[in-house]
Amino acid sequence: MNSPTSSAGSRAALYAASFWGIWLRDSHVLRASAFTFITRVLMQPLFFVFVFAYVFPKIGREVRASDDVGFATILTPGLVAFAVMFQGINLVAFPLVNEISATREIEDRVMAPLPTTALALEKLLFGAFQGLIAALIVFPLLYFVPVAEVEVHIESWPLLTAVLLLSTTTAGAAGLAIGTAMKPNQIPLVVSVITLPVIFLGCVFYPWQELAAVPWLQVVVLANPLVYVSEGLRAGLTPQLPHLLPWVSICALTIATAILGAIGVRGLRNRVLD
Amino acid sequence: MSLAVHADKLSKVYPGPEPVTAVDGIDLEVPEGAIFGLLGPNGAGKTTTVGMCTTRVVPSSGRVTVTGLDVTEDPPMVRKRIGVVSQFNTLDRSCTVFDNVAFHCRYFGMGARPAKRRAGELLESFGLSDKASAMPETLSGGMAQRLLIVRAVAHYPELLFLDEPSAGLDPQSRIALWDVLLELHRSGTTIVLTTHYMEEADRLCQRIAIIDFGKILVCDTPEALKQQVSAETVVELKLQQPSEEVARPLRELPGVLRVELGDGVLRLFMRERDGLLPRVVEVAQPAGLRDISISEPTLETVFITLTGRALRE
Ligand SMILES: Nc1ncnc2c1ncn2[C@@H]1O[C@H](COP(=O)(O)OP(=O)(O)OP(=O)(O)O)[C@@H](O)[C@H]1O
Ligand SMILES: [Mg+2]
Repeated sequence: MNSPTSSAGSRAALYAASFWGIWLRDSHVLRASAFTFITRVLMQPLFFVFVFAYVFPKIGREVRASDDVGFATILTPGLVAFAVMFQGINLVAFPLVNEISATREIEDRVMAPLPTTALALEKLLFGAFQGLIAALIVFPLLYFVPVAEVEVHIESWPLLTAVLLLSTTTAGAAGLAIGTAMKPNQIPLVVSVITLPVIFLGCVFYPWQELAAVPWLQVVVLANPLVYVSEGLRAGLTPQLPHLLPWVSICALTIATAILGAIGVRGLRNRVLD
Repeated sequence: MSLAVHADKLSKVYPGPEPVTAVDGIDLEVPEGAIFGLLGPNGAGKTTTVGMCTTRVVPSSGRVTVTGLDVTEDPPMVRKRIGVVSQFNTLDRSCTVFDNVAFHCRYFGMGARPAKRRAGELLESFGLSDKASAMPETLSGGMAQRLLIVRAVAHYPELLFLDEPSAGLDPQSRIALWDVLLELHRSGTTIVLTTHYMEEADRLCQRIAIIDFGKILVCDTPEALKQQVSAETVVELKLQQPSEEVARPLRELPGVLRVELGDGVLRLFMRERDGLLPRVVEVAQPAGLRDISISEPTLETVFITLTGRALRE
């Protein structure tokens, strides 16, 4: 027989224990699928670098930034940004869609003794954690794989850390928002209508400033959170390249996390409660 | 006696272009320690009712308390006290059988070691030990159902909800399931289950609510429900040629309430059978009586009497 848990302290302890239990479950599943995870994280950036920074120069189609910086240097922050965002959307949203609708596996966690909002936040933060791991896998790959030279100048560690953390929470929030909004049969649609535009119009392959050549596009892409991830990481990793003002990226990522997070929390509540 | 579940004018209307009134102002009282059955056909509102009691469905109006707590006021604390086996297989497919139970314990705040110990003990006592490291997809339907129950009771809930626990089980697994539920009941757990198997409700439940179109038609003990069908005894006569001609004189016997003409049989609903049976045989003999079977009314009879239609369509 349980005694009624009335004090705020023991209630907070119960929620925290429950949250931690769910986090442990997610880490366990991630560890069990580590190989798949790493492969998925690595393949796309690897091919982009290989083709753009190694094959292109060899066949005489080298892409260069205006001030003669190697394309690999431009690509590095972009591809780290891409990895973070891609993991956020894919590794959070797609399993979530299935857990909610198709297999209803999320049931047991929904019935855990914590508010549904806390469950949503766990999903968001675990997504952020996966994004962070993705960044930590991709960056050394780009830096050390000897296809082309990458010039990294980290001027401010606090800036880099802030951008990185906010980027991962944005990715987790985006995954949560998409995962709770979609039905399983809409996954292919999500890939073509959301993932692809977000990636190709996310300033992954070019600094935002250079979009001045296409003014309308330069304005439109500002709605894409990935732009601020890429530009923020450029400010953190390769400040010698043109980039948005760091505080602009940081504010934009904070706002993106808040908005997408709120949509995701509401989305999960709507999906698991009738 | 304190109540494990108390619903008061509980309603649920699913919004939409054509709103569906799934549960229509029901009152329910489940005494602590009982096995309580919600019996009704498909779409009656059983899952919705259980959903409201288990914090999954937000009531449109009315109130429901579970172990004294209002479910809309404090969902996490209600969840802590209840175990739920839903109508679907919701096992975590990314985790082994053992981890399904062990992680469940951790969601409810147990430490690593107690969680492992509890999972091990439960799997042992429910005969699932040799499947501990298997993935849930590899379990048979009956085993998966048992694991769902193991998981639901792992955090020592006071109250266990099961939504159609025997759907899709073969008769043998169904009997095994009943044993499991009776054992949990003996150990003090209150059980609320939904079913559309009359036999199941009859065998397990101390109280049964019959629900149809979102309303509770009647709620009582199985015995009392059966007595409502004023007949005490149902006698089935297998005849060579059952016909109106034979039925008419039987209908006129004192104590016979109703006679139904079926396929090769005549069914007599009688107030009592003492002294009446020889007369029945006498009247039926000329029509070629081949066999006679006597039974008590079942909940099926109750349901037909209440709604005018059979439970299983
Ligand atoms: N999420 C929902 N949205 C809209 N209508 C719903 C929803 N869930 C159930 N209903 C409707 O509510 C009514 C009652 O459904 P419910 O699932 O509670 O019945 P049930 O007794 O559990 O049936 P079954 O035996 O088929 O499981 C049905 O008409 C159903 O179509
Ligand atoms: Mg149902």
